Amino acid sequence: MIDFEHGVVTLDYGSGGEKTAELIDTLLRPAFSNPALDALGDGAVVPAPGEQLAFSTDSFVVQPLFFPGGDIGKLAVCGTVNDLAMCGAEPRWLSLSMILEEGFPFSSLRRIVESISRTAKEAGVCIATGDTKVVERGHGDGVYLNTAGIGVVHTPGLSPAAIRPGDKVLVTGPIGDHGTAVMLARADLGPGFESPIVSDCMALHHLAAAACAAGGVRVLRDATRGGAATTLNEFTDGQSFGICLFERDIPVRPEVRAACELLGLDPLYCANEGRMLCLAAPESAPAILDALHALPGGEGAVCIGEVTKEFPGRVVLRTELGAHRVLTRLAGAQLPRIC
Amino acid sequence: MPRIPDFPTSFPGHDESHPLRLMEICGTHTMSIARAGLRELLPAQVQLISGPGCPVCVTPAGAIDAVLKLSLTPGVVIATFGDLMRVPGSVRGETLAACRAKGAAVRMVYSAADALTLAREDPERQVVFLGVGFETTAPGTAACILAASREKLHNFSVLSLGKYTEPALRALLNDPDCVIDGLICPGHVATVMGAEAFRFLPQEYHRPAVVAGFETGDLLRAVGDLCRMAAAGQADLLNDYPRAVRADGNPAARAAMEQVFEPKDDYWRGLGLIPGSGMAIRPEFSEYDAAKKFGFVPGEGTETPGCRCGEVLRGAVRPESCPLFGKICTPADPVGPCMVSGEGACAAAYKYRRV
Repeated sequence: MIDFEHGVVTLDYGSGGEKTAELIDTLLRPAFSNPALDALGDGAVVPAPGEQLAFSTDSFVVQPLFFPGGDIGKLAVCGTVNDLAMCGAEPRWLSLSMILEEGFPFSSLRRIVESISRTAKEAGVCIATGDTKVVERGHGDGVYLNTAGIGVVHTPGLSPAAIRPGDKVLVTGPIGDHGTAVMLARADLGPGFESPIVSDCMALHHLAAAACAAGGVRVLRDATRGGAATTLNEFTDGQSFGICLFERDIPVRPEVRAACELLGLDPLYCANEGRMLCLAAPESAPAILDALHALPGGEGAVCIGEVTKEFPGRVVLRTELGAHRVLTRLAGAQLPRIC
Repeated sequence: MPRIPDFPTSFPGHDESHPLRLMEICGTHTMSIARAGLRELLPAQVQLISGPGCPVCVTPAGAIDAVLKLSLTPGVVIATFGDLMRVPGSVRGETLAACRAKGAAVRMVYSAADALTLAREDPERQVVFLGVGFETTAPGTAACILAASREKLHNFSVLSLGKYTEPALRALLNDPDCVIDGLICPGHVATVMGAEAFRFLPQEYHRPAVVAGFETGDLLRAVGDLCRMAAAGQADLLNDYPRAVRADGNPAARAAMEQVFEPKDDYWRGLGLIPGSGMAIRPEFSEYDAAKKFGFVPGEGTETPGCRCGEVLRGAVRPESCPLFGKICTPADPVGPCMVSGEGACAAAYKYRRV
């Protein structure tokens, strides 16, 4: 029997033999049980919905594995669920690949698996198929996860090509929470750095569906690595329109703003794992905001800017003083500064 | 275009082609000004220029070369502020980040105290803290050397690359080509040194000077006060950051700094050798002096041809005037130090560039 209190992962659990079967039977299958998975074939067989499908994959290497507001497991589900949701799809099936490092405590693995199970249930997706490998100690960082997912498209045609001057830029809540929370939780920022800042990590499928149902959505994007500024640059590159953001309207929690000041970070470039950017026709924006406000995680949705002919190919910030400056893509990783 | 109301626009001896030039000498000011877009809102008769206010930028390439060599020494852990990770030495691309990828033990810390903790937790390895900074960070570094000395911690040392602000300001103002008409004095340095430490600017150099905070409103107030003094032909010192800065600063912090460090002649990137401008660890603490412990000899190094960081640091040219700016020198692949440090004038001008 696996000792989930004190045991650690050994190479045997990736052998494909008895130990692997034990891991699957005692931890993984009970946590994720569903008809597609329970058949335990080489792959999952799922019913064909007969519509357009969305397909996405993402790998997760976050450190620390557990951080305020989430963990690598929650992130692995939300990451792929959100990628599918941003395609205008209802996420349905996920695969889960785990690369475990020899010596990784089973207690931590169980926490991660439980988190994956809980998050998947909340997001309405099945873990339909999976794989486990174990690498030698020193060749991994505890756990790496990969998820791939399939969703059924409910709103076809979401695309940057649909963006028009005059469109509004909406965001579903305060930005920068996840990046700041993880940065502060990271040991290499120095022992003794504690903060009440919590990651925004959450599944966005319900918010995406509600925005699409309200109508007028041009394109959806979750503002992950590189933050809102980098994500919006993907829309304007090489285009005849630009995007102007209004600094005074961009929601940033005071504690996130303070931590960013201290660390020399910019919330506009901090990763988010539960914030959706929605570009929408101006006449639809109020209805979309109303729909978002009614849902958990969308209470703080606001309009932060608009698409304009004025700054072709660029994302521009109108500062609180009324000056304008360019928001470029993030260059390299954000590094904490000296003083 | 919005304009700031009630701003003096007429200054004796200045016009739109010869604007009043106000220099900020703190990297955090550089970033705040650029982030708020303040330059765009000032009248054409007023120009804000960035001085040598970023401690990373003024660290000579030769010192970085020596740091990189030290980082590859077996058993040595380099503890550093994050902004030093991507600063190139004499060879482009040779950085602490590159050394870490090659196997060097480099840890990012947020203060000297974090480095001290690393040393306590890992007695088998030599932890070397890269003591880059002005008077703002030096007291913290000094306190750690004093603590290590009390604890008889033998695996902690500091590579002192610290610098004093006043000698550099004097060097700038003594330069016959100096273009500075007024100074926004560094609020953080002033919390330690006191507002009065900048009295020499009006008294000896007849330049108006204002100690400023870091919020947009603080900077507006400071620029406004400098303009009003310049319009009236006055040169005085004002403390516009009294909520943090006392006239005499923080005597306890200064005492720690003075106990551990003494002035030495030192190289500044872009400014050259400035007498008495570097912080050397006093001989009584030589056990904690990484330069002595590891036989570290920093040279001036060589700068990349075409890079105008030196002139940028003196306020002689704006970053945009450098032929490399934004073309082959960007924050992602920097050539000069002003682009690599988050608080460098070039990085600020690039990241927060005007429309």
